[in-house]
Amino acid sequence: MIELERVSKAFGGAPVVTDLSVKVARGEFVVLIGASGSGKSTLLKMMNRMVEPDSGAVRFQGEPAHAMPAELLRRRMGYAIQSTGLFPHWTVAKNVAAVPTLLCWAPARIEARVNELLDLLGLPPGVFGGRYPHELSGGQQQRVGVARALAADPDVLLMDEPFGALDPITRGALQQELLRIQRSMHKTIVFVTHDIDEALRLATRIVLIDHGRVVQADTPAALLARPANDFVADFMGRTEAGLRLLALHSVASRVRAGAVAAGAPIRAGASLRDALSLCVARGVDRLAVVDAQGRPVGAVFLADVVAAPAP
Amino acid sequence: MNAGLDTGLREPGSPRLPRAATRRPTLAFAWALALLVALTFGMPWLKPLFAALFPQLDRPMYEQEPFAALMLAHIGLVALSSAVAAAVGVVLGVFVTRGVGREFCSLVQTVVAMGQTVPPLAVLAIAVPVLGFGEAPALIALALYGVLPVVHGTLAGLASVPHAAREAAEGLGFRPLQVLARIELPLAAPLLLAGVRTSVVVNIGTAAIASTVGTRTLGSPIIIGLSGFNTAYVIQGALLVGLLAITVDLAFDALGVWFIRDH
Repeated sequence: MIELERVSKAFGGAPVVTDLSVKVARGEFVVLIGASGSGKSTLLKMMNRMVEPDSGAVRFQGEPAHAMPAELLRRRMGYAIQSTGLFPHWTVAKNVAAVPTLLCWAPARIEARVNELLDLLGLPPGVFGGRYPHELSGGQQQRVGVARALAADPDVLLMDEPFGALDPITRGALQQELLRIQRSMHKTIVFVTHDIDEALRLATRIVLIDHGRVVQADTPAALLARPANDFVADFMGRTEAGLRLLALHSVASRVRAGAVAAGAPIRAGASLRDALSLCVARGVDRLAVVDAQGRPVGAVFLADVVAAPAP
Repeated sequence: MNAGLDTGLREPGSPRLPRAATRRPTLAFAWALALLVALTFGMPWLKPLFAALFPQLDRPMYEQEPFAALMLAHIGLVALSSAVAAAVGVVLGVFVTRGVGREFCSLVQTVVAMGQTVPPLAVLAIAVPVLGFGEAPALIALALYGVLPVVHGTLAGLASVPHAAREAAEGLGFRPLQVLARIELPLAAPLLLAGVRTSVVVNIGTAAIASTVGTRTLGSPIIIGLSGFNTAYVIQGALLVGLLAITVDLAFDALGVWFIRDH
């Protein structure tokens, strides 16, 4: 889908990205992660030509990106950023309609699409469509930002720390919704963050970047279980790597059907990390498990939770 | 004369104005306009008043030309010079904030800052030896002097556009001209209009001084009155110039309110 081949970029003589290659396949959720100044945002901006590489090639759907006008390329990729960049003088509906308007869609089609997207992101169009960005909370603004990025139904979404400025609860809710949207719409998403928990939660593949080079690119579980070097191990949180690994798996994967346990139950969809935390907090070695509808499905045992998960 | 930079315009991000508040500037403008028209055409009827105030004067009312003709000439001079000033100022302000023009930005800003310190009378004084007496030097001097606040307002307005809005527009696939026309200029409008407003209001006052170089304006009674020790002439001219400046200033207020409602 998107291919960066041996790209390099320097700003004012200082190398930001050095001889770096990344491939993003269709349907992947790739998270670019690294410390501030690692070059991850620059890498993202090379994908939609907001930054042109000094050397190397960028390809979109097999074609060289520089062969097509930058504006046309960008309209085929959604773009969302941390500070949302909503246009303050436009209503929510007009903001979401930005790219369809550029593409000269018929007004009726634009209106239908805007309403569909606002509904999808939990902002009833009747309530929010006519509001201005400053009348929304930070979380609502970011929802509008995501809706705007999705408006012209692009195959690819580029997101530069979109949830970085939100409180943990709002961020968690938006992460869940982004996953839901990605799964239902089969979007390819490239997502920049410096938050390792966010990366582990969202990514199908994590690309860890340092000083403009790829240090390791792999699935979340593989990065946690087999860090390529000390830097990766440190970045993944050496002492917490085990807990983060547990966070990748659900209680459902370890539940013993038919077993019973006392006390308030845990949902099957919760993570093994939550289960471990509950066991420790209550001082018990097993928890009752219920499904999403609250029906009992069995119990999960502490010994099973902490047994080395299959990567 | 100096209107400052307050347009009464809503900054993006502040709450919308209640309906009553949006009506007040329009109403004030309507009153000022009515008063201006009444005084322009009704001044001769005030002759007994001026005669009573200045009994020592043989001619207590300026009657060489009708005030309406002077008003028309004054407005024409200001409108033409201000239109040129606004167009040149906005184009200059936009030019130095993008592409190759960026190299000239600090130069233009320095010239703008320096130009603002020169009093309008000095501009005319310099223009006459170069361009001679008459309409032409007045027009050129007024247009040149009017450019400065507009450039200033345009630069301030463009600088006030949130960086994120510009980046998002580019990232979403707006062409450079679309970013300018749909995002930057509308967001810059409050400060840009404030610059135009300052330019026009200052020009109304400066245009009166243009009568010293032989241009027919509302300044004519003032200049003739000053040289002939006729205080009544001075008051009649000054009254109309001042009222015109206030009316135009209020017109910008009303324009700002209209702008908020519709954009």
